[in-house]
Amino acid sequence: MSLDPLILSRIQFGFTISWHIIFPSFTIGLAAWLATMEGMSLATGNPVYRRLFDFWVKIFAVSFGMGVVTGIVMAFQFGTNWSVLAAHSGSIQGPLLGYETLTAFILEATFLGVMLLGRDRVSPGVYFFACCMVSIGTLSSSFWILANNSWMQVPLGGQTVDGKFVPSDWTTIITNSVFLRRWPHMLLAAFLTTSMCVSAAGAWYVLRGIHRSEARSMMHWGMGLAAVLIPVQLLVGHLTGRYVVEHQPSKIAAIEARWHDEKPASEVIIGWPDEEKRENLFAITLPPPWGSLVDSGSTTAAEVGFASIPRENWPPVAIPFFTFRIMVGMGLLILAVSWFGNWLRFRGRLETTRWFLWCAFLAFPTGFVAIIAGWVTAEVGRQPWIVYGVLRTADAVTPSLTGPEALATLLGYVIVYAFIYGFGFSYIYRLLREGPTEAGVRHAPATGNRPMQAAGSAETATGRAAAAE
Amino acid sequence: MWLVHFWAAVIAFAILMYVVLDGFDLGVGILFGTQTSEQHRTTMMGAIAPFWDGNETWLVLVAAGLFATFPMVYAIFLPAFYLPVALMLLAIIFRGVAFEFRERSTTMRPVWDWGFILGSLIIAFVQGTAIGAMVQELPVVDGRYAGGAFEWLTPFAIFCGIGAVLGYALHGAAWLVLKTDGELRDWAYQRLPWLLGGVVVVLVIVFVYALATGLHVFDRWVSHPLLLILPLLAAAAMVGLVHGIRQRRDGQPFAMAVLSVVFSFLTLVASFWPYMIPYTVTVEDAASPPQSLAFFFWGGGLVVFPIILIYTAAVFWIFRGKVGKIAQGYGT
Repeated sequence: MSLDPLILSRIQFGFTISWHIIFPSFTIGLAAWLATMEGMSLATGNPVYRRLFDFWVKIFAVSFGMGVVTGIVMAFQFGTNWSVLAAHSGSIQGPLLGYETLTAFILEATFLGVMLLGRDRVSPGVYFFACCMVSIGTLSSSFWILANNSWMQVPLGGQTVDGKFVPSDWTTIITNSVFLRRWPHMLLAAFLTTSMCVSAAGAWYVLRGIHRSEARSMMHWGMGLAAVLIPVQLLVGHLTGRYVVEHQPSKIAAIEARWHDEKPASEVIIGWPDEEKRENLFAITLPPPWGSLVDSGSTTAAEVGFASIPRENWPPVAIPFFTFRIMVGMGLLILAVSWFGNWLRFRGRLETTRWFLWCAFLAFPTGFVAIIAGWVTAEVGRQPWIVYGVLRTADAVTPSLTGPEALATLLGYVIVYAFIYGFGFSYIYRLLREGPTEAGVRHAPATGNRPMQAAGSAETATGRAAAAE
Repeated sequence: MWLVHFWAAVIAFAILMYVVLDGFDLGVGILFGTQTSEQHRTTMMGAIAPFWDGNETWLVLVAAGLFATFPMVYAIFLPAFYLPVALMLLAIIFRGVAFEFRERSTTMRPVWDWGFILGSLIIAFVQGTAIGAMVQELPVVDGRYAGGAFEWLTPFAIFCGIGAVLGYALHGAAWLVLKTDGELRDWAYQRLPWLLGGVVVVLVIVFVYALATGLHVFDRWVSHPLLLILPLLAAAAMVGLVHGIRQRRDGQPFAMAVLSVVFSFLTLVASFWPYMIPYTVTVEDAASPPQSLAFFFWGGGLVVFPIILIYTAAVFWIFRGKVGKIAQGYGT
């Protein structure tokens, strides 16, 4: 049996980043929501905002802690498994990811400590400021990650000299139009993810008949924000798709399962792309010029198909084809839930329409599924390139790496992640099930950056209160 | 190329900070395994609780900093230590989680305790073997690591790994003397001479081995005898440590332990300079192009790095003094 270090490394990277991405994509939105709650609490003095804040900050603490722990692994992966990539493009990716680390470092080191443990030690204004800084920190973290990934998608701002990439223009690297579309796309996705989770928690409490005022507020904010953001996201998503059309013909051909050049092009809604036969089985297709209209906004534009792309430059077709449709499908689900939910709310029937509350509750993972599906579309669609058009994934893997080594570490990560995620998820679930309680948060002495401890002491306090009831 | 040297100095400084800071909390973790009293164990945890997380982040800073400024070193070192690095990362994750979870579970507590102890041991051991393997030189061809999966696993490197475990334990015991009192402090005092003796024995054997096998590192000392001042200063700090134990001055052992780490580290730097991967890749070879170094300098070097230093100092200032006497105790 031969173990291929390339495949195993790809599985390992996909595994570690998929589990990691769950938490940052949740905490970006949650940090902004917490800052908003704290601001509303300061502005209105309404105690419900403070209770919401005290509740969600515990979940934020655990999620952030899990994100940090799994993020450490990511900081080493480029070197351990992808050393040729690291040596080739370290001059670009190194500083971009380095800035991300420093951002996270500062955020964690200073303002998160105040936010989690410093409520009693600073003035309300300073506390609010710390919440805003944490939110800005998570936003800026995503800025660098997306700048790095966008460069891997469309490597601008320099050229390869002697097998190493030399940057010439940093302004282009961090302000090019590809990045400036993908970053908002990711941010909106993160906000939508959190919105759906917050409104799902609210729906869950209404269904169980507990925490009514907080639940009402959660559904108000969650569904309201989702309803406003989802059309914007659909538009930004469309603009993001345009960069793919402009810069990555092989990826768009896979997303559209387009086997031949067409002018104007048709649009495959759904089907089964068959790479062997180079056709789509069981396909439902809109006739021309729908494909040109969707991809290029024109009724006459020519669209590239796989026939004019060398076979060795094809990505796996079926994966991006389906993940793209899953992502869009989740977006449409979010649209349906948030708009219908708000319509019910204006009619005053939201809290009595139980079947819909179940829908809203069960919609909590829509954002996560959309984000992971979207990333798979972007990353698998970029194959066989690791840096599009410049460096192949197969050439980027660590040359000295052997199959058994890659398998051993992959198994190690799977086992340890299963363990810590098992505990982490059950812990978050317990916090969510209990919901916001009157007991509030007991503030431990400021032990700097120990997010999980903050949640822990908070839980003991509320647990004790629950037991006393 | 002052930028190259600036970043080399920053990386070296970050590694030193990591060893000095995480060294003591890893050491406490190792000693934790030899302590049977539940009450003392909790106090030991309390003595490192506010610091360990920040300490550990220096390691991430080293990794990210290397990738940003010396990607070639990053791309050679990590493949060469592929399995031990992965083992260390898993240990870091497990140890970090164990730290948080042990406080609130009673049935699972032995599991988390062992996660904490073994995690500390593994992290220390891996780092020691890495230094040993670096001294013995890694096979590098065309700027790429060209060895096998277990190149690092030599008797010499294993010996250095044991040395690191003893050294960190020594550092941890000195920290406990500084931060605790009563029975636990006495316990730590008793361990100091034995640990110091162990470290000295390891160092002597390493020295003799390097001499006997004619390791490359030895030529450096023969050609630059003035550099011998550094190991001598390290030895002097160890003498100061013994003095501190004898006089039972609670602050002295840790201060002297820090000094001996600093001078040992400078000894190592002097043995390697200007090589980053001894003795094949120099600082200049490995550096990113000037545009990248400059881009990372304006934000990272000039703004963020000083903030991290100030923050680190502030945490240690806020939590100064003996554990029991700090505000309301933590860890309970």
